[in-house]
Amino acid sequence: MQYIPNILFAILLVVGIGYFTRNVKKLIRNIKLGKPLDRSDNSNLRWKNMINIALGQSKMVRRPIAGILHIIVYVGFIIINIEVLEIVVDGLFGTHRILSFLGGFYSFLIGSFEILALLVIVSVTIFWIRRNVVKLKRFWNKEMKGWPKEDGNLILYIETVLMVLFLTMNASDVHFQEMHAGNPISRFIADILPSNPDTLHIIERVTWWLHIAGILFFLNYLYFSKHLHILLAFPNTYYANLEPKGKFKNNETVKKEVEMMMDPSADPFAAPAEPTEEEGEPEKFGASDATDLSWVSLMNAYTCTECGRCTSVCPANQTGKELSPRAIMMKTRDRMEEIGKNIDKNGSFQDDGKQLLNDYITPEELWACTSCNACVEECPVNIDPLSIIMEMRQYLVMEQSAAPQELNLMMTNVENNGAPWQYNQMDRLNWKDED
Amino acid sequence: MNVPTMAEMMAQGKQPEVLFWVGCAGSFDDRAKKITKAFVKILNKANVEFAVLGTEESCTGDPAKRAGNEFVFQMQAMTNIEIMNAYEVKKIVTACPHCFNTIKNEYPGLGGNYEVMHHTQFLKTLLDEGKMTIEGGSYKGKRITFHDPCYLGRANEVYEAPRDLIQKLEVELVEMKRCRINGLCCGAGGAQMFKEPEKGNKDINIERTEDALEVKPEIIATGCPFCNTMMTDGVKVKEQENEIEVLDIAELIANAEEL
Ligand code: HEM
Ligand code: SF4
Ligand code: SF4
Repeated sequence: MQYIPNILFAILLVVGIGYFTRNVKKLIRNIKLGKPLDRSDNSNLRWKNMINIALGQSKMVRRPIAGILHIIVYVGFIIINIEVLEIVVDGLFGTHRILSFLGGFYSFLIGSFEILALLVIVSVTIFWIRRNVVKLKRFWNKEMKGWPKEDGNLILYIETVLMVLFLTMNASDVHFQEMHAGNPISRFIADILPSNPDTLHIIERVTWWLHIAGILFFLNYLYFSKHLHILLAFPNTYYANLEPKGKFKNNETVKKEVEMMMDPSADPFAAPAEPTEEEGEPEKFGASDATDLSWVSLMNAYTCTECGRCTSVCPANQTGKELSPRAIMMKTRDRMEEIGKNIDKNGSFQDDGKQLLNDYITPEELWACTSCNACVEECPVNIDPLSIIMEMRQYLVMEQSAAPQELNLMMTNVENNGAPWQYNQMDRLNWKDED
Repeated sequence: MNVPTMAEMMAQGKQPEVLFWVGCAGSFDDRAKKITKAFVKILNKANVEFAVLGTEESCTGDPAKRAGNEFVFQMQAMTNIEIMNAYEVKKIVTACPHCFNTIKNEYPGLGGNYEVMHHTQFLKTLLDEGKMTIEGGSYKGKRITFHDPCYLGRANEVYEAPRDLIQKLEVELVEMKRCRINGLCCGAGGAQMFKEPEKGNKDINIERTEDALEVKPEIIATGCPFCNTMMTDGVKVKEQENEIEVLDIAELIANAEEL
């Protein structure tokens, strides 16, 4: 009988970690549904970016208040979770505070955790106030209704609850309080708890269990939440684009065809370029569904923190257009989830009559973009909404000839007379002789 | 105006030091042509051996690419590259950030490898090498603000060259609240120049013009023919055209030097 708690704990741990692993596998599978894109070059610079931007939070502090609060939560959360190691060992082996033999150092550790826990509670409260009382505009755009809004708040509640549980667990631990070291915060909570040792013991056990169960719950919550960023921020900054932001990818299939057309030695009567043999059908130009995007774009979508910094600097969004780069990322993720569930259910993807284009992202949004790169520059985790917009424009134009009329005119002009306007190429140097 | 073409140069067996890529706006748009001429005057004054492609130049394909038409873009690009490679072009300067970006970043993948400079970078090197001097002249003491073109700034991280040049005019350079990496687009990029904006509650160029008006400049300096159009229109809508001039940096320098 005495092993029941240990067994229960082991089951909790296995279920918690098992379910999480299952979802991580799903996540990786979904990201891999994207098109290949080689980002294996320049690993030194990539490591450097990851260390600066994700680990070092360098782009976060461009907005100082949010940035500093986040650093507290981020550092606090990581450091406090060192405590989880001890909890796991205690839970599995029925020990109690196995690391306390470290003595003064242990007190120092737990003491620091307690102070951090308090700081986290304070920061998270300010985050909550910014969202719900101050109502910062970027948390109230159109796409932030329903789940995204609840998710934003839920994360803050869960973090607070976990921190309070951690402190109460310490406060109700009679032996720990008797040491009177490493309890700079919990000593004050201890003062207001009942003094009956049996009651205290119950409180201690209950908070201990809730704390670890809460952490496992939170771990599993990640996959369904923007909080997934705490993991994906790292690979996402590692694999981010290193080229100049103005450099857009040249389409390789188009390149082959244009080279053929321009090659004077090519046989004019030869059959048109064979469709890519392996796939048996001609390659689609651009993207109409999420899986036409590169795997990096899909990882971007899962990484998005929904902070809305991109949207707040988007010239189109600021002037009332439908386009919101954050919404582009959120819709891409939603569509990926839908595709993933479809695969889970049917074994392989079965046509569901839906696409990213039109069912999620409208042409109106896509055409409002000025390709100014403000969203890319602003994103604290180096997400690139613009590349998705451009891929989808390519589909609209090259597969559907569905550009706005004026753009069709512009493109015809470029094609026929080498300028976006209707001027004759032979007049290109006339300016020389005009005043 | 002395504007040799590559063909003429070749006929004389000469290779210019740099190709001046004029661009469509610079060739055809009435406002932008003034920028082209101002830049040529500076090149001539500094005795730079340059040439243009003239009627052999064609759109870089940038607006088609940003609109999603990779075919038209690559056809344009490969045609231009064929011509420039035939002339053995090594170095290109252009007064249009869109041409600059496209030739510098997107042409190499299609076989066009050149050293490409924006005219502000080129003028800066002329200055540094002592081939040209700038004195304040008529602009001395004026309040000037600089609007960062997206395709020069964020897209290619050129922020200082234009500012260094402006400062040489002994003016008071005032920055808008959104500048450099935070600069707001004028609204023309991504092929927006060639279409009506989507439904919204404001035009982007008005939003940007308001940024500029906030710092009460006498001159709004730009480094892009499209930004120039957008800002000029914005200033007109705000009925400030008698108080505020919108000028390219090449024009500022040419005027200051009374070229
Ligand atoms: C264990 C690690 C982390 C924790 C516990 C954490 C926690 C949080 C929390 C609670 C929020 C919500 C803030 C709010 O409600 O406004 C948030 C937002 C955010 N986090 Fe993290 N985070 C972690 C790691 C990271 C990393 C590595 C990055 C990479 C730079 C990052 C980037 C962001 C961004 C960009 C936001 C949106 C902030 C804004 O509103 O401006 N986080 N994070
Ligand atoms: S690139 Fe497009 S989506 Fe991004 S900020 Fe500029 S206009 Fe908005
Ligand atoms: S794309 Fe980047 S900036 Fe935009 S909401 Fe997502 S995390 Fe924030």
